[in-house]
Amino acid sequence: MAVSPGQGGGAPSAPILTNAHPAIQTSVKGGIEVPKNTIMTTVDSAVSWCRKHSLWPMPFATACCGIELMAVGASRFDIARFGAEVMRFSPRQCDLLIVAGRVVMKMLPVLQRIWLQMPEPKWSISMGACASTGGIFDTYAVVQGVDRFIPIDVYIPGCPPRPEQILRALMDLQEKVQKGGTLFGNNGLPELIEKQVEHERKQSLVVLPGTCRERADEDRFGYRLPGGEALLGGGEKR
Amino acid sequence: MSTMTDPHATSLEHLRNVLTPNGLRTDVFRDNLRVHVGRDQLITTLKALRDGRGFNMLVELGATDYLGYPGRDASAPRFEVHYVVRNIDTLETVIVKVGVDDPAPVLPSVCPVWRGADWMEREVFDMYGIKFDGHPDLRRVLMPDEFTAFPLRKDYPLRGRGERHNFPRILREQS
Repeated sequence: MAVSPGQGGGAPSAPILTNAHPAIQTSVKGGIEVPKNTIMTTVDSAVSWCRKHSLWPMPFATACCGIELMAVGASRFDIARFGAEVMRFSPRQCDLLIVAGRVVMKMLPVLQRIWLQMPEPKWSISMGACASTGGIFDTYAVVQGVDRFIPIDVYIPGCPPRPEQILRALMDLQEKVQKGGTLFGNNGLPELIEKQVEHERKQSLVVLPGTCRERADEDRFGYRLPGGEALLGGGEKR
Repeated sequence: MSTMTDPHATSLEHLRNVLTPNGLRTDVFRDNLRVHVGRDQLITTLKALRDGRGFNMLVELGATDYLGYPGRDASAPRFEVHYVVRNIDTLETVIVKVGVDDPAPVLPSVCPVWRGADWMEREVFDMYGIKFDGHPDLRRVLMPDEFTAFPLRKDYPLRGRGERHNFPRILREQS
């Protein structure tokens, strides 16, 4: 409807706002005649855009990181600003797994099962030092990084991380969703797929003396130990 | 009335009457009376404390692995299991210690004496591999059932033997 200013005695001027039928308003973009108020995009891009602003997190909070995660959900930091406030405690309803806290070997099969129960497309955040690397808990029962056993999209450092870091991670993940998502699922970023293939190739190599099946050859302080300290047996001296 | 009287005098006297004279060895560390008994006299001692002296609560049951402990006699048993019992009316506390040695350490269960010993004995079994004869349900309580080692033994490495990473890896395209 055209709105004309100056309804008094003045002469009618040109309408400043209009929603006239779009078919009669066209412009040329890239050699194609496009109706006005029309956006050209791909379905993948539009779907990813919708998805990234409505992530439903599954909080797998096993330690103090979970408290920080609650703070992010509360009003001061307000994860709802990024469309991810709908925390659901059923994996069937979620598409973002947030592993917050250390995971022990008794809990890991549960975590894997929860990850498998989540419907595609799905993403995951490893929150805090413990979930990402085991943190200070370098003991027989604590898994040294959940990324050994489930795919992780974004890592958050910190012990525990600040809420701002979690929001930053969510924004990073949104970028990843926009770039890597397709209509039928989440393929991940192409460069990370290559990395995964390389990792699998390394896993299939023969284990020789001097190689270690643990994280790498270095210990937790970064010193390189041939054979790896973690596999030392009963003769270990401390 | 002197304040220097031994608060455990009556309990000790009672134990001396019940046990054989050479079966009782005691010491005191920071006001804690510790009674060292042999394996065959364990149940007798604990029952005597409960029935004769009103020690009606088993506060704690735990174990220690003395493998390579500095200054320890080589002939002494490797493990020691301690029972902290308390009379909840007088708040008197006595620690009963019993040694048990490799291989195949076995002790009589105190579940018939205090039902609360159930999970504590399961924990000691879980962590040290000490079996308790007569326990109603001696399974692991903390570690997963498929775990085979006893992690609090001193000859078990701190970082384990790779059990923590013995899981299948789930890849992106499999999930």
